Amino acid sequence: MSLKIDQDHSRFRGIVRGKIRQNLRKYVSQGELIGRKGKDVVSIPIPQIDIPHFAFGDRQRGGAGQGEGDAGDPIAGDQDGEEGEGRQAGSGAGEHVLEVDVTLEELASILGEELELPDIQDKGKSKIINAKDRYTSIRRVGPESLRNFRRTYREALKRQIAMGTYAPGNPVVVPIPSDKRYRSWKTEAEPVANAVIIYMMDVSGSMGDEQKEIVRIESFWIDAWLQKQYKGLESRYIIHDAVAREVDRETFFHTRESGGTMISSAYKLCSQLIDDHYPPEEWNIYPFHFSDGDNWSMDDTLLCVDLLRNKLLPRANMFAYGQVESPYGSGQFVKDLREHFGKDDRVVTSEIRDKDAIITSIKEFLGKGN
Amino acid sequence: MSEFALKTALPTYLREEQDKIAKLAAAMGLDFFPTVFEILTYDQMNEIAAYGGFPNRYPHWRFGMEYERLAKSYEYGLSKIYEMVINNNPSYAYLLEGNSLVDQKLVMAHVYAHVDFFKNNYCFRQTDLDTGGRTVDPVKRPSGYDPNRRWIDKMANHGARLRRVVARQGINKVEEFIDHCLSLENLIDLHAPFSGRRPKRAADEEEPKATEIPRLKAKDYMESFINPEEYLEEQKKKIEAERERTHKFPEHPERDVLLFLLEHAPLERWEHDVLEVVREEAYYFSPQWQTKIMNEGWATYWHSRLMTERILDASEIIDYADHAAGVLATSGGRLNPYKLGVELFRHVEERWDRGQFGKEWEDCDDLEAKKSWNLRLGLGKKKIFEVRALYNDVTFIDEFLTPDFVRERKLFSYGWSNRNERYEIESREFGTVKEKLLFQLTNGGNPFIYVDDANYENRGELLLRHDHQGLDLRHDYAKEVMKSLLRIWKRPVTVTTVTEGKPVLHRFDGKELTTRHVRA
Repeated sequence: MSLKIDQDHSRFRGIVRGKIRQNLRKYVSQGELIGRKGKDVVSIPIPQIDIPHFAFGDRQRGGAGQGEGDAGDPIAGDQDGEEGEGRQAGSGAGEHVLEVDVTLEELASILGEELELPDIQDKGKSKIINAKDRYTSIRRVGPESLRNFRRTYREALKRQIAMGTYAPGNPVVVPIPSDKRYRSWKTEAEPVANAVIIYMMDVSGSMGDEQKEIVRIESFWIDAWLQKQYKGLESRYIIHDAVAREVDRETFFHTRESGGTMISSAYKLCSQLIDDHYPPEEWNIYPFHFSDGDNWSMDDTLLCVDLLRNKLLPRANMFAYGQVESPYGSGQFVKDLREHFGKDDRVVTSEIRDKDAIITSIKEFLGKGN
Repeated sequence: MSEFALKTALPTYLREEQDKIAKLAAAMGLDFFPTVFEILTYDQMNEIAAYGGFPNRYPHWRFGMEYERLAKSYEYGLSKIYEMVINNNPSYAYLLEGNSLVDQKLVMAHVYAHVDFFKNNYCFRQTDLDTGGRTVDPVKRPSGYDPNRRWIDKMANHGARLRRVVARQGINKVEEFIDHCLSLENLIDLHAPFSGRRPKRAADEEEPKATEIPRLKAKDYMESFINPEEYLEEQKKKIEAERERTHKFPEHPERDVLLFLLEHAPLERWEHDVLEVVREEAYYFSPQWQTKIMNEGWATYWHSRLMTERILDASEIIDYADHAAGVLATSGGRLNPYKLGVELFRHVEERWDRGQFGKEWEDCDDLEAKKSWNLRLGLGKKKIFEVRALYNDVTFIDEFLTPDFVRERKLFSYGWSNRNERYEIESREFGTVKEKLLFQLTNGGNPFIYVDDANYENRGELLLRHDHQGLDLRHDYAKEVMKSLLRIWKRPVTVTTVTEGKPVLHRFDGKELTTRHVRA
């Protein structure tokens, strides 16, 4: 049922969209959206969109109330309640915060608009074929459950008229078996683009909570964006210190290890994962690696470069390395990567100083449309 | 009946209840317009509530926002709208499909009392369309009072009018302009309908007299030396310029800022249309917020009497009590207009039943005697009917709030504590509580704003004055409103007000907002 309010409602949603876009940087860097994620929607608090009037400042105003308590007691509740009743809406102008639900897809497209992210170009990897049946034609044989009533009776009518047995005064149409028509399907092949994001994170002692929070926020947005680009998106998570292992999402963000860092271990595992599960001709593969840039040894770094060049890059759409600044890390790794892959478009590096830098780094990662 | 009405007519069993309740209410003395009930699903209800009760309004995003809010809080089970009633003749009221029978009966009883209030309270006389909203004497009413209040049609016409404008000008342009107009919608004169027609501009009875120029005394033969011709000419010009400068427009400060802008701002035709619609609707809704406490109190008073004395049977009483308790609940020390209203009406009724008024009562200072004071006058019912006709929230509270009431009902005043950064209870003293309460209600809680000069500094600029009565304007909002004023007036706008005890002058010239302190 369509309501008159729908138009006004969609105008309002347009305004909300604009507001979210305006404040996107804030939402991204504060990461408060992640906690509000439902299944498909994110509930976003936006400042009340309001029509300003000449009004009194709230603080000075005060008012009268009813209930228990002595002078000096705080009054409970927030400052502006609405009665559940539909006459002229609320009386006072309190600081409302409006919560609006936005689908992840919409959020991603807002992000895309704001950061001017290009859509990802098809790498011709859409080779996975989904067979899909569509009922598009008619045939003479088939199961009764697919009988096309209208066509069948039309056939019967044609036959009866041709035979002269149809009496317009007494229009009884009785189909015989040869009149029957059945719906028929054609199998269509639908290319499906699949993608997998392989997140790798350094969980060695030098990665603190703040660094992990940055990774968490960033991965939320990367998820959202790639989700919009690929219908079937999978995420895998690898943590590493001196050794790497695959974990689930929860563990990924909450593990804390101490000890050294061997980045190559993660790259090896990543390569292994691709070997086992994600044949590159069928999958768009996005490895993302976050670390504070402190690797165990130069040898290991060289091993990483080798792994990247020969194992990962040939198979992945791109390789993203995000270096989160930490008080302990040397930050050397990003320099090494740039030295070796400086001219390679497929390797994207980004240094993330703090939460405010998240949005630029998202742009760096996703801005190439790989 | 409209197509809309047909689809939502009441089922028979509710129709029967309606007839029964209407008869009972009339027997109790309520006097209402014919009332049409319709039954709505929750999304229809939310839609209509978002439109302020009307099935057809002009297009604007804020209705969509309200709809989203209502739909959300319904979905999450935070609140649902039980009833809505529109001040219209005949009145329209909506019931929510799926409510229990007890609830529906309660709502109907409640609605009939609202409609009685719409018909009889003087404030609502300004929504009579046949008198042009002007009522000189609110007490006098013709017998067989049956005013034209076809506001449903009028609002629908407004909708059609603005939709036409939208078709020509484009939605973005029009909606933006509506936003500006809505920013000003509280700048109306609540008392205009009762102050008689605005005095016509004094018909220039006589041309101002030829300017008299003061001369120095001189003998005839000295005249041309002491008062030389050129000098006199110069003086004359000076005086005339002075007079020109002090001649103000408008002559008297104008409270109805919207009307002033309608009549004098350089508006395009469609802009004029929009502003006019916004102003008319603001006046339509104003009686409802002037009488919120009384109106809800009255309706609650009557639904409770009708339900408990006449309508309910024993099996329904628990459900009724449960619901009634919900209606009258206060949370977080907030004033609940339903509760305050009904308690005050009952208080008045009791006082007039027992004769607790007049000089003797006031003069008596024997607490014991006062407690048991009962002259058995039985004037209560008559009094509350009189009160519902002749008072609004401000006068109602002003006249009938008593120290006893404030104490017994635990009213308090609260304010912001800078030290603790929270709202705190300030006082339970009668005087303070009453003052705060009245302040909240006076002018609908809006600041008093006047048009002082439309040719400010002789540059065609608009000068508004905030009549400061203790509270400062909210600054960020005021800034936005000034932008709206500029959009409509098309010349710089200045507002004088007081901030933190100092007189201040805000000026917006289209580019920047300047604030300067002025000497009082």
